[in-house]
Amino acid sequence: MSSVTMSEIPLEPAGVPRGRAMVERAEWAARAFARYDIESVRRIAKAAAEAGAAHAKRFGDDAVAETGFGVAEHKYLKNISCSTGIWEMYKGHDYVSPRVLEQQKIVEIPRPAGVVLALTPSTNPVATAYFKVLSALLTRNSIIVSPHPYAKKVSAEAVRVMSEAAVAAGAPDGCIQVVEEPSIPLITALMTDDRVAVVVATGGTAMVRAAYRSGNPALGVGPGNVPVLVDASADVTMAARRIVASKSFDNSILCTNESVLIVEDAVADKLVQALRREGAYIASAEEAESIRAVIFDGENFRTSWVGRDATAIAKAAGIRVPAATKILIAPIDLVVPEEMLAHEKLCPVLGMVRVPTAGRGIDAARAVLRITGAGHSAAIHSQDARTIMDFSAAVRVLRVSVNVGNSLGGAGIETNLAPTMTIGTGFFGRSSLGENLEPKHLVNITRIAYNADAAVTMPSFAGIDPWSAPTGPVPVYPLPSNAHESGVAPVERRDQADDGELREEIRRLVIEELRQIIKG
Amino acid sequence: MTGQTNKTDGEAAPEYDYGLFSFASKAEVFEKAKEYWNPGKTQFWIDSGIPLVIDRREEYFIYDMSGKRLIDLHLNGGTYNLGHRNPEVVQAVTIAMQHFDIGNHHFPALARTALAEALISSAPPGLTKVIYGSGGGEAIDIAIKTARHATQKRKILSIIKAYHGHTGLAVGTGDDRFSKLFLSDQPEDFPHVPFNDLNAMEAALKGRDIAAVIMETIPATYGFPLPEPGYLRAVKALCEKYDALYIADEVQTGLMRTGELWGITKDGISPDIMVTGKGISGGIYPIACVLVSERCAGWLTEDGFGHISTFGGAELGCIAALKVLEITCRPETRSMVHYIADFIGRGLREIQATYPDWFIGIRQNGVIFGLEFNDPQGAKYVMRRLYENGVWAIFSTLDPRVLQYKAGILLKPELAEELLDRTQVAIGQAYDDVRGGKGGRR
Repeated sequence: MSSVTMSEIPLEPAGVPRGRAMVERAEWAARAFARYDIESVRRIAKAAAEAGAAHAKRFGDDAVAETGFGVAEHKYLKNISCSTGIWEMYKGHDYVSPRVLEQQKIVEIPRPAGVVLALTPSTNPVATAYFKVLSALLTRNSIIVSPHPYAKKVSAEAVRVMSEAAVAAGAPDGCIQVVEEPSIPLITALMTDDRVAVVVATGGTAMVRAAYRSGNPALGVGPGNVPVLVDASADVTMAARRIVASKSFDNSILCTNESVLIVEDAVADKLVQALRREGAYIASAEEAESIRAVIFDGENFRTSWVGRDATAIAKAAGIRVPAATKILIAPIDLVVPEEMLAHEKLCPVLGMVRVPTAGRGIDAARAVLRITGAGHSAAIHSQDARTIMDFSAAVRVLRVSVNVGNSLGGAGIETNLAPTMTIGTGFFGRSSLGENLEPKHLVNITRIAYNADAAVTMPSFAGIDPWSAPTGPVPVYPLPSNAHESGVAPVERRDQADDGELREEIRRLVIEELRQIIKG
Repeated sequence: MTGQTNKTDGEAAPEYDYGLFSFASKAEVFEKAKEYWNPGKTQFWIDSGIPLVIDRREEYFIYDMSGKRLIDLHLNGGTYNLGHRNPEVVQAVTIAMQHFDIGNHHFPALARTALAEALISSAPPGLTKVIYGSGGGEAIDIAIKTARHATQKRKILSIIKAYHGHTGLAVGTGDDRFSKLFLSDQPEDFPHVPFNDLNAMEAALKGRDIAAVIMETIPATYGFPLPEPGYLRAVKALCEKYDALYIADEVQTGLMRTGELWGITKDGISPDIMVTGKGISGGIYPIACVLVSERCAGWLTEDGFGHISTFGGAELGCIAALKVLEITCRPETRSMVHYIADFIGRGLREIQATYPDWFIGIRQNGVIFGLEFNDPQGAKYVMRRLYENGVWAIFSTLDPRVLQYKAGILLKPELAEELLDRTQVAIGQAYDDVRGGKGGRR
């Protein structure tokens, strides 16, 4: 053939123009949403949260089926926590109405970011999507969720469920969108699009760094590698129970899961016995070698083992373990970069190192974080405030969970930190965000600032609200102008309050499950 | 191709060099346009205060030779619905040119078949086959010929001040300004009735000698007077009653301009024949399409060579159209059109509230707007002031009180805001002009 065939000519990947169209639509939606009042925002966020919770079980199952990661039951709990749980947590917060600071003569007006691009991981696909969508709704932002390709199907369905509920409750059309077919060129195009106000990146280091390089404001998170110190003062029985429960939660898929257990010699034997009672299998040196060879390829963690059962890993390593085994503990001698078991492990394998003193334990924890996970999380089980203080002031993390499992402790579910699926690693971890991501990070404040001179007085701003409820669907359906001269049709609201039974059931489930987690 | 290039010292290098041709100045263009092209049209725009020679074009912007930027709200009747030189359409056609040309109109063809299938799957129910023309006028002629063949009747009923093009048959359906000039008025075969008058429509149809009623879903050149609610549907019912076909001219109302892909579907009508043109080309390669029902499609079997058109359905045009259709049918596009319609509609109503005695009406369906002004030539004043303020929107040829204000379906929010700012000022200035500059603006 003399001419080139069409398929040989470089073509922009099909999804990219479509992605740009999504951003444009999101921009229109964001402009409308930015003028909503607090009551409308609460109605919308609540509807989305309840819709998410109503499908929490199904999406837990679907996520495990699609990705092969984790434990469906635990995903269900996270999905509840990140839907109605988040709503319960933030329903009293107001990221919308102006706030008057009489003393300072300042009035604060919350201003949404605009279009939020949310990158979500394969490990916690639905929970993270729920969390980010609700954070966007509470702050009147448009959001485009770009899921990890491994979890694209369940993520898209989850986002659609929230989107439909939000729009039915009066949210602007297109304020929640999801990328159905994620690809590198598409994600790059979205991240670098000038119309994106902020990229909220939860995922691998490469993706997070790409978000920071995009030229757009980004809130990225780094990887974890959590050291947990059990000192001589600890309640060893409780420490063992909490560590095993946390390490086995969703098979260690949360980035807050414990990675290396550091135990003071004085209580080490006692702790090991207690760990065994809780369902841990303590490997021998040879067995640790086998485990190392299974889950690491010499340089990197093998992602095929993410979120797999402890028994499956043991089997692959040729180790016979009791069927009820929840986690595998691999003793190591020294925390150094070439010791692969001291690296992050998103599976129920915990490294364990003995130290002669708490001080040496702090050194070991610092060593864990030198390998990876700087800025993320650490945990300590101790009754001694001095040790806890020294530990926390020395390790390069921005949250230290005390006497609690770290999976749900660092994520703010079993502690009073902000509950999140996105852990800010701050300057230690090369991130602009040092806290747990929460809705407040998606708004800026316009400040009306008066002359500080007492001679210049500030009038009362009480009751002056620039925002209002939408008067109908947004946008209005474009009927011909001579068809609706009598005025705009009233809003069609599907009032969820009628569905009291479902709502009660969801509330009961949330409370019960959260209680279970805390007990666990 | 770049516009202005700098003169080298001392030499009379052309100011405007376009490679194949060049001009020393805009004056030279006007002069030669009058000499070799169309003196009437050229002089008309100069006299109207619109000395525009379009140079560069991109997105919804056109640039005069002087470099002056204008937001295009004329869009050549929706031709530039997706903006000028839409990058996706340009890319699709550029790539296709490595493989295709216009093709051979006698043979079944790849792109033509693919487009026909895509059109039919997008169309109101009942339309089953596609016939191609090279432009809207030819497509209307095809529609009329098809209706005549199917009904074996000659008469085509249209609306007074309708506009369906200037080709041999199409011109008969329109205003006699364009037919009498060429001794081409055919009142016997092309009766006209007033718009929005069902009694007149029924009276004309009663004789059962009408092959088809042809209707713009909203008469564009007449300034977008809106059909009264239920009017089009009643016309369709009368067609069924008196055995006439319904030809929907969707050239200016199709392709999402009303907020739905085909404007006629908002009235719940399934036409017997539907015509699309202008925007379907992407403004890149001319093409127009006639979609017909199975009842009307008979001649395509009886004598498939019945209508021959070398350029009709040129395959490069089909590629452009396929891409246009794909972009237009995206859910994001439909959503945005609704936002744009809502936003501009509100903005115009606010402006109207400032000048209620001057800006007396807004006719809107989606992003199709007709703005009515309280002067027989009102839209011409506004057009001129808009031009000065960086917006190009044209008056309605058949009702110069009304300005056609046709926003693009991919208009960005910031440009929409800017557009309203410019419009506000221009409407105020035009009001002063009409009042002889006295009184000042409110």
